[in-house]
Amino acid sequence: MIPAFIVENSPALMIIVPLVAAFLSPFIGRISSTVRSIWVGGAMAVTSAIALILALDVYSAGTRLYVFGASAASAAIPPDSGGIPIRIIFEIDPMSALMLVITAISGFSIIVYSLSSERSHTGLESYYTLYLLMITGILGMVSTGDIFNFFVFLEILSLASAGLIAYRIDGGVAVEAALKYFVLSTIGALAILVAIGIYYGQYNALNMAMIAARMQFSVLDQVALVLIIAALAMKCGAVPMHFWTPDAYSMAPSSITALLVVASQASLYGLFRTVFTLYNVTLNAATVGWLLIILGVLSMVVGVTMAIPQKNVKRLMAYHAVSQTGYMLLGVGVGLAVLGNQSLLDAFGYMAMEGGIFHIINHAMYKGLLFLTAGAIFLRLGTYNLNRMGGLGHSMKWTMLFFVIGALAIAGIPPFNGFASKLMIYESVFVFNPLLAVIAMVVSILTLASFVKVFHSIFMGPALPEYAEVKEAPMPMLAGMGILAVVVILFGLFPGIVVESLIAPAAHALVDQGAYIGAVLGGA
Amino acid sequence: MPWWTRGPISARCWEVHETMDATSTLLTGAGYWNPLAWLLGLVVAIILAWLIYSMGEKGYKPGTAQAEPFISGNKEPEKGMVHVRAGNLYWGYLEALRGYYDRLVPLHSGNLHDYILWYLGITALFLVLVVIFS
Repeated sequence: MIPAFIVENSPALMIIVPLVAAFLSPFIGRISSTVRSIWVGGAMAVTSAIALILALDVYSAGTRLYVFGASAASAAIPPDSGGIPIRIIFEIDPMSALMLVITAISGFSIIVYSLSSERSHTGLESYYTLYLLMITGILGMVSTGDIFNFFVFLEILSLASAGLIAYRIDGGVAVEAALKYFVLSTIGALAILVAIGIYYGQYNALNMAMIAARMQFSVLDQVALVLIIAALAMKCGAVPMHFWTPDAYSMAPSSITALLVVASQASLYGLFRTVFTLYNVTLNAATVGWLLIILGVLSMVVGVTMAIPQKNVKRLMAYHAVSQTGYMLLGVGVGLAVLGNQSLLDAFGYMAMEGGIFHIINHAMYKGLLFLTAGAIFLRLGTYNLNRMGGLGHSMKWTMLFFVIGALAIAGIPPFNGFASKLMIYESVFVFNPLLAVIAMVVSILTLASFVKVFHSIFMGPALPEYAEVKEAPMPMLAGMGILAVVVILFGLFPGIVVESLIAPAAHALVDQGAYIGAVLGGA
Repeated sequence: MPWWTRGPISARCWEVHETMDATSTLLTGAGYWNPLAWLLGLVVAIILAWLIYSMGEKGYKPGTAQAEPFISGNKEPEKGMVHVRAGNLYWGYLEALRGYYDRLVPLHSGNLHDYILWYLGITALFLVLVVIFS
């Protein structure tokens, strides 16, 4: 049995545990590297467990409210605050819970992988501290119900991410990539801060539910909306603001690149939360929906076509990450475009949103897996250059198997998870606009073509003499990849139960603005 | 209840179908998708393929000269020379779309100033579109 204290305080604990563990990690590391490994691995395991417990609680009992500085959630609005929820509030609905599940699974599998992949590197005290800070930032972003608090967690995430992108230095190239990411993230965060100022100036509140309840969609609100959409679309790598993505993804250690995928999705979550929860039907849903759709289509097409000629396997995968983000924007964008029309929403809008949201978790799993396989190959070969690879199927059979699983999933080949979410997107988007569905399918075909090239280049052909001594990746790295591979397969084999229990509640929670507002202002 | 006490085989098949349906079938609005049924079909196809394969030539002996590549009597090149590298793949595709790539690739300049300009430009464009259409 799980103690009630843990369940009740899980929203706070899942932030406190990685935060405290992060700052103690350098001191623990002074004892020995083994103790540090146990410390950070244990901290991540506990954080993942708490996040999963909270998600389970949300899926079974409904939206959770956690008010910092109050003994009970019913004290969300202090009696002397003029009806404004002034305390920091975490509001975890099924959409947030889904993001918690993604972070918990990815975070744990990546730390298992990292314990082996980074073993021989120096500066691990910084690595693990920043890693756990990234986890803190992501968990905070997807849980908070306070928009300024969202900004704070976004900044924690950006700072930690920039540090880890630069971690390998790599003759200064990694530092340059981190600088690009950091400058763009800072400008984006500044735009978000301006938007928060606009809300606060107009509505005297920072609580998202309160802002949503008072939303007028004035010109100032429109400016704030655009500032947030553009900043978060840039952070999630949407074309044509994606340029930092291949630079940063390719230069970060592969384990961090896998976590950057989740970080990008936390930004995507922020974007969806803003348009659906803060604005909902007050905005011109068709206009903003089509903006997301256009961003999605551009991301899909430009991402995949830029991936095909790449020679660096991680740059190639980074462009595919951009392309896959397009599917999510397309699916949810279609749902947004028909938000004000209940019959269209029921006919295909919800399905498109569910497809897009399902693709978020699927993408985190298979793209994380693919980046981890790239890291295993780099560990053994010391290069990401596809032109210098070949014949590794003879010596790295497990890595090859995991790569094949990830590659088939991203290409939308049944029975892997990518197929299920893409099918939902194709069929629902086809009803909305057949051309968009055709583009999405063509992009899938190009994705398959691209990964056929990668698979051939890395694993096929005779065993090359220069790699005669190459061995399989170490067991912890295989275990990290294995966890993600199992999720990819299970989500592919049982999509019905995943959609019914995880995805559909998330999509409905996103659309149901009234429930989100009511949880805070109704004193739930 | 043990499987052999559950009644006739048809009823048990239906139970399996129902269970599979509840856990696996994905309704997509316009249709449905059942991966387990698809896997079942795949297994049948693999068995058929294996049956056809097993009826083939029995004289193949791995590890003998039979298994060596025949290149019109020429000596086999070094292993590294045989492998087709990534840079040689999809040459035709890239040539056919040269005009597209000649425009697209230079946009990825690696210059931070360009990245910032794209971001600010898109923000301005969105601002105009959202304000006008709202």
